[in-house]
Amino acid sequence: MNSDYLAGMRLDRLRGRALPVNHNARTISALAANPGCPRRSLMDAAGVDKQKIAAHVGYPAPFGQSVFAITRGNVFEARVKENGAAQLLTLLRDHLGLDVSEVGYTDLGDAGGNPSRELRHVRTRHGLIGQDHGPRTLFDHPLLRLRVGGRHAYLEPDLIALRLDGSFHVIEIKSFPVIDGQADPAKVAAAAIQSAVYVRALRDLIAEAGSDPGRVSHETILIAPKDFASQPVATSLDVRKQLGVLDRQLVRMTNVEDMLEPFPETLTFDLDPDEDGTPRRPPEELAAAISLVPANYAPECLATCELCFACRDEAAGSTGALGKSVREDLGGIDYNAQALALARGQLPSAERAEIAAQLLRAAQLREQLLGEEIQ
Amino acid sequence: MTVLTALARAAAATTGRALPTKTRRHVHVSSRPLVLVAVQLAGEACAPLAVLVGDDRDKPRLLVVHEPRNRTQRFEFAADLAAIVLPYLDGYSDDDAAGAADPVERSEPYPDAPQLLVPNLPTAAFLRLLGRSTRFRRTEGEYAVPASVPLLGRWLTYFAERGEVSPSAQLLAMTAVLADHWATGQSATEDANLGALLGWIDPPGGMTGHEAARAAEDPVRFPPAGPVTDPAFDNEVLDPILQAMHEATLTGDRARLGRARAEMDRALRSQLEPTWALLWRAVDLLRGLPAAAHVEQRWLSDRWSFTNQVGWIRGGGAPQARRDSAVAAARRLARLEREQQRLAVERAYDDPLVMAEYRMTGEAFTGTVIETQPDRVDTTGKKAVRRPWITVATTDEVLFESGAVLTSPARTRQAATVKEVVPAQDGRTQVVLELKGGMGQSLRTPPPPGSLPDLGEWITYTSLTDDFQREPKFPDLENTPWTHGGPPQEYVPSNDDAAEDWS
Repeated sequence: MNSDYLAGMRLDRLRGRALPVNHNARTISALAANPGCPRRSLMDAAGVDKQKIAAHVGYPAPFGQSVFAITRGNVFEARVKENGAAQLLTLLRDHLGLDVSEVGYTDLGDAGGNPSRELRHVRTRHGLIGQDHGPRTLFDHPLLRLRVGGRHAYLEPDLIALRLDGSFHVIEIKSFPVIDGQADPAKVAAAAIQSAVYVRALRDLIAEAGSDPGRVSHETILIAPKDFASQPVATSLDVRKQLGVLDRQLVRMTNVEDMLEPFPETLTFDLDPDEDGTPRRPPEELAAAISLVPANYAPECLATCELCFACRDEAAGSTGALGKSVREDLGGIDYNAQALALARGQLPSAERAEIAAQLLRAAQLREQLLGEEIQ
Repeated sequence: MTVLTALARAAAATTGRALPTKTRRHVHVSSRPLVLVAVQLAGEACAPLAVLVGDDRDKPRLLVVHEPRNRTQRFEFAADLAAIVLPYLDGYSDDDAAGAADPVERSEPYPDAPQLLVPNLPTAAFLRLLGRSTRFRRTEGEYAVPASVPLLGRWLTYFAERGEVSPSAQLLAMTAVLADHWATGQSATEDANLGALLGWIDPPGGMTGHEAARAAEDPVRFPPAGPVTDPAFDNEVLDPILQAMHEATLTGDRARLGRARAEMDRALRSQLEPTWALLWRAVDLLRGLPAAAHVEQRWLSDRWSFTNQVGWIRGGGAPQARRDSAVAAARRLARLEREQQRLAVERAYDDPLVMAEYRMTGEAFTGTVIETQPDRVDTTGKKAVRRPWITVATTDEVLFESGAVLTSPARTRQAATVKEVVPAQDGRTQVVLELKGGMGQSLRTPPPPGSLPDLGEWITYTSLTDDFQREPKFPDLENTPWTHGGPPQEYVPSNDDAAEDWS
């Protein structure tokens, strides 16, 4: 308990005066995208606002969301849920074999007033596993909780379905289309990992309540518009693989002390904001603090991490920055300069003899055919 | 990827400039391609916002959907696009120019075929969806559209499907073509940005490729090449315009509506024009490379494919089904795989830098002919035959053993059987080869000049061959096995197709 407390203190210091950013399923699933990055793991465990940090050191994140995409998503979700989710229930009846007589829609968000997240979470727990309710099939506005690093993150899945046999299914509503039975694989993959985050959180809740977490199915349901219209269609997603990746990463992040161990106690990503929230900390000083924690940059970060541009510049000259396959083709050599030196004929160490011979040969061939010397 | 290209990438990253990975251009580039840059409304399945399209780089045509969520305007847009694309296609399907008046009985393909150029693969996917959403439309009854709309849909679907056939050059995504010919100092993910990719390959004066690529990542100066728009543009520019237009429509303020529309045209043009310019610059770069030998032959297949499609449509053939039947899908996949394999061989035969990949792996070697016995005759069989021997000295690693049958890209009709592989003192390996075929039959007349490798010739031999492979046997449609769903129902276009929402 005491060590937990100390670790918590250190995480607070890392974050500085800023309020911790709220994790959501998207940010948690992004953790699983590059689990080997200490910089990201540490900042996320402390709830650091990476977006602000990146902007202050001169590398604003390349992400934004179009107002049109947000609107479309909201309109579709509202449409699916309207009239007590009537349309959805019909779909689920076919898809999950829900008994027609067993139809009940419970709004867990309907708590009156302005309840705290803790209160809403408790309400969700009672709603989901309490026995004193009538027929319940669909739960709207549930609030789940997941321990990420040193802190609890609150998560809002779109819907949770309960079948007659007592099994729970996470339902995710997305507005990307399924055209002639096919959807964009990248978007489906992102939806699957998000659903896995909810499954994990829901299993924790069921387990805490003393029930069997196996009741939460690894088969989640994706609701998306069919073809070019707004008619919803349901598809099952098996998220077992995603759960495995996620669990490993979450376990890693619980070992906050191990993560913190290599760094000085004074390390902080505080922005030193003035009353208006404008950062006053010299950017160079912040950049120096960031560079103390090693990053594991890969081009995939460009799609998921707010710090990607800063880390990319830092990784310039490394083979990994050119992509995993390039690095592998270069025999796992870390830096371009090393690969080029071997290509020019520098004597290799014993374990690099094989790749060195190949690089030398490749350079000779390029010179033979293009008259170009590897510089 | 391979060690050769990986090394080129590492070198490019270090020198700040892209390096070639091909010495030839392996795609056909039309003298009059139809270039198309498109953006769509974020979040929608397929809501075209604007396209810049045309075959004249100085006169791009801009089409804008002012109410991108409005179904009627979408079909008007499709009809406008058809009015540009269809005449372009007609220019290539003039029946007088081909072998016969009946397109089915034709003995010759049309003399040339149309080519669509788009900035990237997502734009190609966008065209596929646009084709899917228009090809089933009905021209009469409820939801009627002009006849040109479903026809456009069928053609866009045709091009999208050709885009998946690797030897075809009918629909080219420019980022894929450029990334195939050059190695940049950035990752494949970053190569998907046309501006950044071109920055590496052809940086503006005074800039390194690295600097040019970074500059191209600024969405304000270099708007994304589509079909996805820059979210900041959506939120700060487009959204206020759409709202102004909405309000003007509600209040019936025609002047304000006109202003908003003009402003929208201007804004979207500014988003599309930079990419238009980039695409044509890429065309120039590609035209600057010498075409590989097999490019024309592959384009001939494209011309045939186009000719047959014209015949199919004019002969009243049905539009492409929503999904292939199991048999058709299996057949298509097998064909794609064979074509992919043949393409790999052709590219290696055409381009020494591609062949170098096989030299790296021991599937080919290149060297000098140091000894020839052009008049050697094999008399062991019933009939005496000419079987010249040559010896090639190479510094490449030779992994072939005696008995291996090789081919040289210089004389593809001549088989060369490895007789002996001897490591020599000077670090070179000597390979003795027996040649057969491609030198005339008769023993009395000497082989035609050039039909045998000369002393001192620089020559490549490889085990890669483009063997003709018979198409695997597939069952008839009506014999589709139950494991694949049994015989499919025949596809009959129905009114349901036409009634499908596009909103």
